Amino acid sequence: MEIFLDILKAFLVGGLICIVGQLLIDFTKMTPGKVLVLFVVIGVVLGALGLYEPIAKWGGAGATVPLTGFGYNLAKGTKAAVIEKGLLGAVSGPFSAAGVGIMVAVLSGLVVSLFAKPKDKG
Amino acid sequence: MSISKEEYDSMAKKASPNSPVFLDCVKAFLFGGAICAFGEGLMQWFTGTAMTLEESRALTTSVLIIITALLTAFGVFDTIAKHAGAGTMVPITGFANSIVCAALEFQTEGRILGTAAQMFSIAGPVIVFGCSAASLYGFIIYFFGLY
Repeated sequence: MEIFLDILKAFLVGGLICIVGQLLIDFTKMTPGKVLVLFVVIGVVLGALGLYEPIAKWGGAGATVPLTGFGYNLAKGTKAAVIEKGLLGAVSGPFSAAGVGIMVAVLSGLVVSLFAKPKDKG
Repeated sequence: MSISKEEYDSMAKKASPNSPVFLDCVKAFLFGGAICAFGEGLMQWFTGTAMTLEESRALTTSVLIIITALLTAFGVFDTIAKHAGAGTMVPITGFANSIVCAALEFQTEGRILGTAAQMFSIAGPVIVFGCSAASLYGFIIYFFGLY
């Protein structure tokens, strides 16, 4: 039963974060690119202030799958890197934390572009 | 710029005639929630094996990105995204789609200046601002001894 409750929580938190994004698109006429940038930066700031941790604890993947979670992960990874390596960590941390997401997406993009052709937008 | 709220509302309505906000939000909630619920299911499954929380988070992200790449390649993602709006854009699926879609779309301009360069037209700014903000945070906690 525990597992279904966790999945329900993830659904609620993730859905609510997406509603915020939808409201931004509908009411501010921000382009999707700008919304994504805003969400990542908000995630970094909330992560840095320690405000995202409780959301991630409660919402699980509902908080970590949206881009705000990506930002939170960047802040968390950078902090861990600073603790481990000092000043160097402030520079090496962000990319190490972002590495998995970026690299998997880039590799998928490359592989897909080798095998698939762009679809006509009809 | 000084426009009244009414003027702005009518401008906004003109700019997006078929955008009933409430329905958009319901769809974004349902699609976004479903993606996150699926992610949570994966996480639970992965942590059930011998993986650490960090490993299962990374693997969950990777699986969602790879599924997005496949759906994008088959042209299914766009169809879903048209309905889901922010529901597919705000989760990591939107980030992945922006990279894979550009990689596909710009093949005709060549591997280097097409695929590779255009991959980052949306993801690039996300990485630049996200990583710079995180780096700034790193400098702050280092110099003020907040770690």
